[in-house]
Amino acid sequence: MPRITVTVDGVGYEEDVEPRLLLVHLLRDRLGKTGTPVGCDTSNCGACTVMLDGRTAKSCSVLAVQADGGEITTIEGLAANGEMHPMQRAFHEEHALQCGYCTPGMVMAAIDLVREDPHPSEEAVREGLEGNLCRCTGYCNIVRAVRRGAEDMAVRPS
Amino acid sequence: MSELGRPRRRKEDRRLLTGRTQWTDNLQLPGMAYVAFLRSPMAHARITRVDVSGARTLPGVLAAFSGEDFAGEQGSLPCAWPVSDDVVIPEHPPMAISEVRYVGEAVACVVATDRYKAADALEAIEVDYEPLEPVLDMREALKEGSPAVHPSGNRAFTWKFPQGDMAAALDGAPVVIERTYVQQRLIPSAMEPRAVVATTDGDGFTLWSATQIPHVLRVMLAMTTGIPEHKLRVIAPDVGGGFGSKLQVTAEEVLCLLITRKLGKPVKWTESRSEGNLTVHHGRDQIQHITLAAEADGRIRGLRVNLLADMGAYLMLVTPGVPLLGAFMFNGIYKMDAYEFGCTGVFTTKMPTDAYRGAGRPEATYAIERVMDELAAELGLDPLEVRRRNWIRHEEFPYTTIATLTYDSGNYEAATDRALTLFGYEELRAEQADRRDRGDPVQLGIGVSTYTEMCGLAPSRVLGSLRYGAGGWEHASVRMLPTGKVEVVTGSSAHGQGHETAWSQIVADSLGVPFDDISVMHGDTAISHKGMDTYGSRSLVVGGTAVLSACEKVKEKARKVAAHVLECAPDDVEFADGVFRVRGTDAGRTIQELSLATFAAHDLPDGIEPRLDSDATIDPENFSYPHGTHLCAVEVDTETGMTKIRSYVAVDDVGRVVNPLIVEGQVHGGIAQGVAQALFEEAVYDADGNLLTTTMADYLVPSAADLPTFVTDRTETPATSNPLGVKGVGEAGTIASTPAVVNAVVDALRPRGVHDIRMPCTPERVWRALEGAGS
Repeated sequence: MPRITVTVDGVGYEEDVEPRLLLVHLLRDRLGKTGTPVGCDTSNCGACTVMLDGRTAKSCSVLAVQADGGEITTIEGLAANGEMHPMQRAFHEEHALQCGYCTPGMVMAAIDLVREDPHPSEEAVREGLEGNLCRCTGYCNIVRAVRRGAEDMAVRPS
Repeated sequence: MSELGRPRRRKEDRRLLTGRTQWTDNLQLPGMAYVAFLRSPMAHARITRVDVSGARTLPGVLAAFSGEDFAGEQGSLPCAWPVSDDVVIPEHPPMAISEVRYVGEAVACVVATDRYKAADALEAIEVDYEPLEPVLDMREALKEGSPAVHPSGNRAFTWKFPQGDMAAALDGAPVVIERTYVQQRLIPSAMEPRAVVATTDGDGFTLWSATQIPHVLRVMLAMTTGIPEHKLRVIAPDVGGGFGSKLQVTAEEVLCLLITRKLGKPVKWTESRSEGNLTVHHGRDQIQHITLAAEADGRIRGLRVNLLADMGAYLMLVTPGVPLLGAFMFNGIYKMDAYEFGCTGVFTTKMPTDAYRGAGRPEATYAIERVMDELAAELGLDPLEVRRRNWIRHEEFPYTTIATLTYDSGNYEAATDRALTLFGYEELRAEQADRRDRGDPVQLGIGVSTYTEMCGLAPSRVLGSLRYGAGGWEHASVRMLPTGKVEVVTGSSAHGQGHETAWSQIVADSLGVPFDDISVMHGDTAISHKGMDTYGSRSLVVGGTAVLSACEKVKEKARKVAAHVLECAPDDVEFADGVFRVRGTDAGRTIQELSLATFAAHDLPDGIEPRLDSDATIDPENFSYPHGTHLCAVEVDTETGMTKIRSYVAVDDVGRVVNPLIVEGQVHGGIAQGVAQALFEEAVYDADGNLLTTTMADYLVPSAADLPTFVTDRTETPATSNPLGVKGVGEAGTIASTPAVVNAVVDALRPRGVHDIRMPCTPERVWRALEGAGS
């Protein structure tokens, strides 16, 4: 069984994994990082989105062995000293979540989007989040939250 | 600032935003094993052999079972709504034994030490099938000589509801419009797939499930499995959306309980999305024959509705009741002298249907709102004018409709006027005329939907008269703790709605304690001993009222303690902002201070127990009736068939509002789901009965890029049937938006000879409709 080394939310892990183990199952079942959920099995919904070496990845479509040597940030690693990340706060303020199942992936994707486009238009947010599905909100408040989060990130970079 | 009507940010958010959520699949118990199900690849077949022995010997496999292994104990999955004398409720074994009737039905299972080994071991199970004819088309299914889903045939029930003299309404009517509409089959697609964890200590059982109905589930599982109700605890932890799909007693819940009983170990099952698309109950799927008789000025004389409703292969928890919930709504907001409703439930070899957001009411609203547009077109009237000539005027409330419901309140004029202003109706009509004149390949269409719905399910007596198996009350407990904090236990079971926040606002308003001093608990039968759970836009109307009622009782107890402490008569004590005062003086005590005094119990009046807590069970006297006007403008490219929503305005009247943020969020999400039915989503089976839309790549749940920003506003006509004046908002958007969008698409193309397009109005369907119209 291959041995891999990963850093997840600042903590280093060394794990023996089956080659077929999905990154999301490494996170959830082995490392107890259950903040990242699984919403589909075809990489359409984006609920499992994490940061892998600084870019978003849908962790249901990445093998754990592919993440060997990588640095992973999940939704659990965003808040610092009990303070939520500006994007998390913006989602709260704009009521951009209901059941919250898509939220971890949505927030991770939004942060990545803002890194590329610090002041995204409404259209840019809608296009940029096309790979993350939400069934509850109708997206209006998510779009508002991402734009607000972008402005807050510009003022107080995380 | 009053707590009611305040846009409080949600208490639920922090754990959801930081990954501290307790989804069922997160749960890890010592020694827990994983269950995987082998599912039928055939729509209809006799099972001639199941051999699980190959799986049992694989490494990591604890056990493998076929349907025979559960034969003596699995019972039949319940249908709680035997709607008629002639209803046929077939045996529905959680695991098939001798025959499968839809693709995806469980035929065997494996229990293994991890998910991967369980999935591997399914490959080693051998099943022999003897194929039988699938039954896929409702009309064909009812014909003589059709292959039968069940030995009794394919007719599940017939249900008739005639009101007034329909024959007279049709006789000599200047206008008669007949249409057939198809409500396509939908997949609810909550973002959290279903998951179940079951465990036993050898005596009692605990079941965690991603369910909307922990209380109903407990009763039903006890009845199905024979596990005594008092030995079974059901927990709905954080649940990631439901939309009716988790209002169910599922095969997997029953089987996980039985497996944990057999093995004496905790087990977990989590479905994949593909598995879920196959086996989470589907929604809608009706063929609606509509006949509308009207006067030459557009006033409706009568409405006849004949439905075929696809039950799928079995009757699940409320499967046959769903079309009946629509039976009272086809007349919508309109006055008429006659109404005739008939429905035939039909068995097919597909996944059973059941409640999906709106459950019967979106189907009804779609039909009446579509046919009102056809009436307007026939008479050359503006669609809003034909509605105005028929709707119940605000001064006519309370109004008993032809379908025998009494709408307590409403103001359709006010909601419509507000929507027209926000929409810019006249300007858009002018642009539409201009595009038509110019022969613009991109045509503009305007769609109207003036809807109402019945919410707050439901008065128990009404449910009883409709043969539903349970009541519609709701329960709440409110208890003040020694330090003045408040715990609220609700019998409704939130799965994204925000009950923890809204209920806190009701309590804060009633008891005058700070919002942050209140916590709300739900979803665990060991904590919330009594409840009817969450569906049918009932939680605030029934459950919120129960919370308020419990608060009022607590306050009355506290008043007696206050009078004793303040040395005056209870009638001389007045209460405001959380403080009891002797009338006309400054002398007072906060209710939170009285809570400590009551806990200490050193000096209580005679006959007063040392507790400031109470509970209440509320059975509503009537449904509630939200209403509103939704307006949609679409641009339809007549060359490609592509539809784009240009603008969407929703003005809803959901009565008094506890939290406007939550209300707006519910409306947004509801509209999105209704738009999805109009434009994107359909569960498609092929000619052999295989579901083709098993992934989110095939079943098109819309993304942010597919939807516009919705403009929402409200009018506020309080409900008169509950003390909060609330009406419910969970389903309004979904009910209203589907006809608004399709009316808009048809309106864009009507000059080209198009009078209907079957949902979803995909580019291909729109293009074909244009071709078929010979334009």
